[in-house]
Formats: sequence, C-alpha cells, structure tokens
Amino acid sequence: MSASNAAHSVVEPSTGTRRFAGLLVILYAIITMVPLIWIVLTSFKSPDDAISYPPKVFFKPSLEGYCNVFTTRSRQTQEFIQTLGPPQGLCDNIARSRNMVVAGPSNYVPRFINSLIIAFGSTVLAVALGTLSAYGFSRFRVPLKDDLLFFILSTRMMPPIAVAIPIYLMYRTVGLSDTRLGMILLYTSVNVSLAVWLLKGFIDEIPREYEEAAMIDGYTRFQAFVKVVLPQATTGIAATAIFCLIFAWNEYAFAVLLTSGNAQTAPPFIPIIIGEGGQDWPAVAAGTTIFLVPIVVFTVLLRKHLLRGITFGAVRK
Amino acid sequence: MNDLSTSSQITYRAVPIRPGVIRRIRGLSDQALAWLFITPTIVLLLAINIFPLVWTIYLSFTNYRANRPNAPTLWLGTDWYQSILTDPDIWAAMQVTAHFVVWTVLIETVLGFGLAFLIDKKFRGHGLWTTIILLPMMLSPAVVGNFWTFLYQPQIGLFNYVVAFFTGRGASSFQMLGDVTLSPWAIVIVDAWMWTPYVMLICLAGLRSIPDYIYEAAEVDRASNWRQFWSITLPMALPFIMLAVLFRGIENFKMFDMVNLLTGGGPGSTTEVASITLKRAAFESWRTGYSSAFAIILFVTVFGLANIYVKALNRVKSR
Repeated sequence: MSASNAAHSVVEPSTGTRRFAGLLVILYAIITMVPLIWIVLTSFKSPDDAISYPPKVFFKPSLEGYCNVFTTRSRQTQEFIQTLGPPQGLCDNIARSRNMVVAGPSNYVPRFINSLIIAFGSTVLAVALGTLSAYGFSRFRVPLKDDLLFFILSTRMMPPIAVAIPIYLMYRTVGLSDTRLGMILLYTSVNVSLAVWLLKGFIDEIPREYEEAAMIDGYTRFQAFVKVVLPQATTGIAATAIFCLIFAWNEYAFAVLLTSGNAQTAPPFIPIIIGEGGQDWPAVAAGTTIFLVPIVVFTVLLRKHLLRGITFGAVRK
Repeated sequence: MNDLSTSSQITYRAVPIRPGVIRRIRGLSDQALAWLFITPTIVLLLAINIFPLVWTIYLSFTNYRANRPNAPTLWLGTDWYQSILTDPDIWAAMQVTAHFVVWTVLIETVLGFGLAFLIDKKFRGHGLWTTIILLPMMLSPAVVGNFWTFLYQPQIGLFNYVVAFFTGRGASSFQMLGDVTLSPWAIVIVDAWMWTPYVMLICLAGLRSIPDYIYEAAEVDRASNWRQFWSITLPMALPFIMLAVLFRGIENFKMFDMVNLLTGGGPGSTTEVASITLKRAAFESWRTGYSSAFAIILFVTVFGLANIYVKALNRVKSR
C-alpha cells in the first residue's frame, strides 16, 4: 500500500484492464445512484408529476413538496379564499392554487429539531465518555481489559428490539418515556461502545513518549492527557463524533418504539407524512432530501476514516 | 494515593527525583485515574444495557404483560422457552430470516468483492467513484427503505417501470411488496443496494493489504493471472471477506428498520424476520414475558456470533 505502488512495477494493470474496470465500476455507481437521484427529483415534482406513468425525468420543477412538508393546509371554498387578503409567500400561493390555505407549520420542524438535539446531545456524551475510557484502556493496565472491551462491544451487538422491551418498562417507571433526555441516554449507551473502540485505536497511535516527556517536564498525568494527548487525537475524535452523529441521526427502531410525540425524531415521522388521499410523495421526498443532505456531506468529509468506523477501528488501511 | 503525606515535601525538591516517582505521587495515581476514566462508561452501560437485560431475563420466566402492569405476576419457569422453541410460527420467522440473511450476504459478498477487485485496478478517478458508491450505506435504512416503497409501486414506481422496460411485462403486472413470492426478494434487493458498499470497502482494504512483492514473485514464476487470483488474491483477502460476512450476518440477523418500513412483515408473514415477530409480540400483542424469552434467545444467538466476530477482528488486526 505504500511506496511500492508509486513505482512502476511488473504487477501494474495494463491501461486496457484499467479502463474496463473503471467502466464497470462507474456503471455500478450510476445504477446505485438512481434511487437517490430519484428522491431528489421527486422532491421537486408536483404531486401529479410524481405519480405519472411513465415516470417523468423531465418536468416543470415545483416547490410544492417542500411547502407541504413544512406546512399544514386546509381545504376551503373559493368564496372563503376570496375574502382573504393576497397570498402570503410562495407556499400560500401554491396552496391557494389548489383551493387550500396554509393553516400553520407542520410537525416536521419539531421532529427535525428533536433529531438535532438528540443526535448532538448523545454524540457529545458518547465522545466524552469514550475518550476518557479509550485513554484508560490504551495507557493503563486495567484488570480484565480484554473482557471489558468485549463487553463494551457486545452491548452494541444486541438486537434493538430486544433492548427496547425492558427500556420501555424502565423508562415508564422512572418517567423517561418519550423524553429527549431518555433518547439521548439510550443513544449514548449504544454509541459509547463504538466511541471507545474507535478512539482506543486512534489513541494507541499517539506515541506514549509525548506524555512521558510532558510528565518529566512537571505535568501530572491528567494535565498530560488534556494538553498533549487530546490535541493529538483531534482528528480521531472528530471522525468518531461524526460516526456517532450519523448513527443517532439515522436510528429508527428505538425512536419508533419508544417515542410518540414529544421526543419523536425525523426517521419515524417521515414515513407517515400523508396528504389528501394517500402518501404525498413529493413531500415525503422533500423531507427525505432535507434529512439526507447532512449525511451526504459528512460521508464525503469522513471518506478517509470510513473503513475504521465501520469495523470498530480494526481495519486501518 | 497512599503517600499524600509525603507529596508536599517532595514537590519542593522537584528536580532530583526520578520521573516515575513524581508521576506516582503528584495528583492521582495511574490506577485511580484509569478507574476514574473507565467507570462512567461502564456505569452507563450497566444502567442502560445490562440492568434491562437482567430484567428481560427475569420477565422471560413470568407471565408479565406490559399493558397490564397491575395484574399479579406468576412465575412460569421455562414455559415460554419451551413454547417458543416448538412454535411453528417462530420457526417460520427463523426461515424467513435465514432466507434474508443468506441471500443478502451472498449477493453483497460477490458484488462487493467484485467491485473492490475492480477498484483496486486504480483506474483514473477511482477515489471519487468509490465515495459515490459508498453513499447508500451511510443513509438511514428507515428513511431510504420508506422511499423504496415508492420505487416499488406497481404502476407509478420507477423500479417496476425499469423492469417492465427491459422485460416487456406490464409495469403493473407485478407487485414487489404485495406478492408472496416477490416480497422476500424486494427486501433482499434493497439491503443489497444499501450494504454492498460495506463489503466492498472491507474487501478493498484486504486487497490493498497484499504486498506487491508477492505478485512480483508470482510473475517471476510465470503464474497465470487466473492462478494468481486463486492462490494469492483470494486466500490473502479471505480474513477480510470473512469479517465483512460475519458483520453483515449479525446485522441482517437482527434487521428491523428497513423491513418494517418496506413490508412491515407482510404480505401475511412472508417477510416477517425475527425482529418483526419480536416487535409484534412485544409491542402489539403485549406478550411481554413471551417476547422477553424470544429476545433472550435472539440475544444469545447474536452474542455467539459476536464472539466469533471479535476473534476474527483480532486475527485481521494482527496482520
């Protein structure tokens, strides 16, 4: 993987092989992107265009889906609409062309805010706890270290539904059901195992000599940790944080079983966006697009660390 | 911590003391710090994971129902376990799960390894295309799974249109999600679409871990490309492939979100994988004791697989 690849060696594939390989991979990439592109296209369609046959690739773009995902509308008679003043804003305009008026904001915004609060809250907690534990496991002799690490990993392997049954009962008893705090704690406990394993890998790579030198200069172990190790581990901590964020952002099983209104996040909400007479596909697509964009950005940022993240830090390239 | 009394004296004479001594007596000892750092994580996991697990084990021996918390709780012993292991519905769910796991893992491994093999040829722009291929696996299975129900719509869905376009069948002549024979494949297709990149990424790491000099030696020995693939590439990438297979196996064994949104277990119970059965028993029929026992059975299975997974991880790590 290192210098030997740069040099021209006998095992370099020929140009023809390369082109052929590239062609196949690009073909796969294009096919695999179709559903995602279709989500974005659908989000800009009018409801009629979205369900037309054959499916339309070219259409007149409309923001109706985005309006519908952010607002609730009520159907009114022509006479009533005439008594109202001029339409306020683009969404009102679209609604009135369908004999409706905007009645207020939809539930998408509070669900989205819940997603943000719960994802960021649990990420901060998991990364903080994970960094401390990872340092502990990386640098100190801890009795039963391997068993503890395995225990931490195994908690993530539990089937979410199996965990959800007692959590449901426990949260009901202590009054955490359908609260953001409850979801933050739950996601933290799932993410902390990933954080410990990933960060231990990153901290293992920081030479011990740095801290030892700092301690000879009079730092305590704790000061050395804060002033020497943490700055060195910034990249690792950032990558870990993004992984935790993505997990909490995407999580559905716990959210759908343990929340109903107050603390519900976006993933259980998006599938139940419905319009008049069935699913409002442009609105669903718009909600989905807005929800997915941050993840796409993060994936591009993370691409160098992806492999580490998905294998709990085992495979490092 | 035991020599706090001497610490004040020592700090005044700073320089001539050996660093090890200073480290031990200033601030907390390493051992105390280690526990201070690790304990919060362990406490959190004990509270949110282990305590509920123990509670589940207890509930699995009782007739407790979460929707009747005030009814008297009876101790049933291992009754639930016996009835689950002899229940034909459970075995049907296990069969559905096995179908799902085996086919998704097979398709993902073949496609994923193939892609990794091609990307490893390092054609121009392979970095960009690799990132594009990786996108589906980072997205929310629930949100994306939900959108696939739109692609699978008989008349208006893109998937049906494309299949109709290439096969000449009518676009509304088949229902991917409503048909007893097609729906198990509908969930396999979406899972393969999402998770092939995962296997690809791990296989790519495996292929890149093979040092060039081995191929050079094979080239000197005039081994054919075919021979090189079977004698070098595949065996050396195998631990990585196994890792990917094991992880996908575990994840798909407990698959819930995507299937719940695509089919919800239907039509009938043709796509009712184990997690869906568990959800129906626990949160729809409220048979808490019964579902706890089933949860424990699933957990023991996953735990066993996880054990193998960690052993495989360590083997890959030592490479």
